[in-house]
Amino acid sequence: MLRKLKQQSPYHLMLIPSLVLVFIFSYIPFYGLVIAFQKYNPGLGFNSPWVGWDNFSHVFSQPNFIRTIWNTLYMSIFKIIGGIIVPVIFALLLNEVVRSSIKRTFQTLVYIPNFLSWVIMAGIMLDILSADGIINSFLGVFGVEKISFLGTPSIFPWTMIVSDIWKGFGFGTVVYLAALTSIDPGLYEAAVIDGAKRWKQTLYITLPLLMPTIVLMTVLSLGNVLNAGFDQIYNLYSPVVYQTGDIIDTYVYRLGIQQAQYSIGTAVGLFKSIISTILMALSYFLAYRVAGYRIF
Amino acid sequence: MINDKSIGRRLFHIVNYTVLMIISLLCILPFINLLAVSFSSSAAVSAGSVTFWPVEFTTKAYEFALSGGAFYSSLWVAIKRTLLGTFINLALIVLTAYPLSKSKQKLMGRNVYMGFFIVTMLFNGGLIPTYLVVVKMGLIDSIWSLILPGALPVFSMVILMNFIRGLPEEIEESAIIDGAGPVQVLFRILLPLLKPALATVGLFSIVAHWNSWFDGIIYMNNPANYPLQSYLQTLLQSFEQIMLKSGSDYTQLLSMMNARTGRAAQMFLGAIPILLVYPFLQKYFTKGLVLGSVKG
Repeated sequence: MLRKLKQQSPYHLMLIPSLVLVFIFSYIPFYGLVIAFQKYNPGLGFNSPWVGWDNFSHVFSQPNFIRTIWNTLYMSIFKIIGGIIVPVIFALLLNEVVRSSIKRTFQTLVYIPNFLSWVIMAGIMLDILSADGIINSFLGVFGVEKISFLGTPSIFPWTMIVSDIWKGFGFGTVVYLAALTSIDPGLYEAAVIDGAKRWKQTLYITLPLLMPTIVLMTVLSLGNVLNAGFDQIYNLYSPVVYQTGDIIDTYVYRLGIQQAQYSIGTAVGLFKSIISTILMALSYFLAYRVAGYRIF
Repeated sequence: MINDKSIGRRLFHIVNYTVLMIISLLCILPFINLLAVSFSSSAAVSAGSVTFWPVEFTTKAYEFALSGGAFYSSLWVAIKRTLLGTFINLALIVLTAYPLSKSKQKLMGRNVYMGFFIVTMLFNGGLIPTYLVVVKMGLIDSIWSLILPGALPVFSMVILMNFIRGLPEEIEESAIIDGAGPVQVLFRILLPLLKPALATVGLFSIVAHWNSWFDGIIYMNNPANYPLQSYLQTLLQSFEQIMLKSGSDYTQLLSMMNARTGRAAQMFLGAIPILLVYPFLQKYFTKGLVLGSVKG
C-alpha cells in the first residue's frame, strides 16, 4: 500500500496546486455561506454573531426582492424559448442552401456576436438604440415615433430578450447545423420515391431526427432559469426600469457589494444557488437519461 | 439531396436567401454602424447622418484613445491578465487532467479528487463570500485577484481529461517500459499530442480573460488597475465625465469628437483581439463541445 502510494506520488504532487487554489477560492467561500445566517461584522469575519433565518425573512418581506424573482423568471424563460426556436429555424433554412461557401459565410456572420463581451455589445446597443441612433432613424422613415427601448419599463424586458437571442443564436445554429449534416441523405431519397414533398420531408424526417439535439439543448439550459443574464442587464438597465428589469443577480450586487450588506446579499445568493444547483443536477440527469449525453 | 427545379422550389430559394441575408445583416450591421460612427466627426454623428459609412472622415477618436491615459493603461492590464491568466489556466489544466485521466487503480483517491473539482461546477459560494475571501487574501488591487479565483477552469480540465483518455494507451505504456516517469511521460510524450486540445481550451481561456469585466470592477478599488473591459464598462455610464476630467488640453479634441464617436472607437478597439482570433474560435469552439462529451 505504502509502496503503491510512493509510486503514485508524482501524480498526487501534480494535483497539489489545483487542490490548494480550488480549496481557497471555492471551498472557503462555501464555508463563508454561514454569514447568510449571521449579522456580518468585518472585524469578526465568518465568526460573526448568529441570527438564524432573520436575513431570509427580512429579504423575503421586501416587495423589491419578490419583484426580482418574477423579472428573472420572465426574462430567462423567454430567452430560453427564443434561444431554441430561432437557431433551429435558422439552421433549417441554412441547411437548404446548396452552395457550402454561402452557407459558411452566413454562419460566420451570425456567430460573431457570440464571442464579444456584453460590455461591448451594450456599447453598441446604447448607440444604435439611442434617440438619434440608427434604429429610431430607421423606424422614423415609416413614421414610427421615437421609442426608448432601454428606458420604458414595459419594453425593457423585451429589449433584453431579443438582444440576448440576437447575441447567442449563432452558437445554437452551429450546433443544430452539425446535427443536420449528420442525417443520412438516403432517408430523403427514399422519401422522394414515396412522393414526399420538401415540407413533408422536413416535418417527418428532419425535425424528428433533430429532436434529440433540441431536447439536449433545452434540458441543459434548465440550469439557467435563475440566470437572466447579469452581464447584459447590469450594463443596460437604469433605475427607471428597475420595476421590470431588476433581476436577482443585479439585486444581490447592489445590496451586497455596493451597499455592503454582506449577510443579506449572501442569503439571497444562497437561496438562488440552491435552486440553481437542484435544477442543474436535474438537467444533467435528464440530459443523460433522454439524450445519453454526459460530461463526466 | 435531389435537385428539383420547379417554380415553387425556385421561389423558395429566393425567399430563403432573402431571409438569411436579412438576419445575417442584422448581426453585422450594428458593428459596421459602430465603425462608421467611430471614424466620423462628432457633428455628423450628432446630426444623425452616419449610417454605414463614415461622414467627414477623421481618426481623432482613435488618436485620442491611443494617446495614453486610462484606455492605454487598461489595455496593458488586459494584455498582462490574458497572457498570465491563460498560461496559469493551461498549466493547471494539464497538471490536473493528466493524473485524473488515470483509473482509480493507478491513482488512489482518483474519484475523490474528481468529486472535489466537479462540486465547484455545480455549486459555488456566490458573489459575496468569494469577494470576502479575495479581500482577506489581500488581493484587492492586485492582478492576481483576476487570475487566481478562476485559476483552474474545471470544464476545460474535463475536456482535456477526456481527450487524454481517448489517446491510445500503448503510447504511454511503451514510454514507461523505456523507464520514463510520470513527469517525463507528461512533458515529453503527451504534451505534443495534446496540442489540438490545448488550443481549444486555451482559446476558451483567452476569450474568457479578455472579455471579463466584472471581477475588475469589484476587485480593483483604483480604476488605474482596471483591465480594458472594466474600463470600457465605466464608459457606458460616464463617458462625458471622464473626458472633462482629463484636463483642458482636450478641449480642441472635444470640438471634433463627442462622447459617441469616442465610445465607438474604444469599443471597437476592445473587440479587435476577439475578431483577430475569431477564425480559430469558430473552428475550435464546436470541436471543444464534441471533445467534451463522453461517447456511450
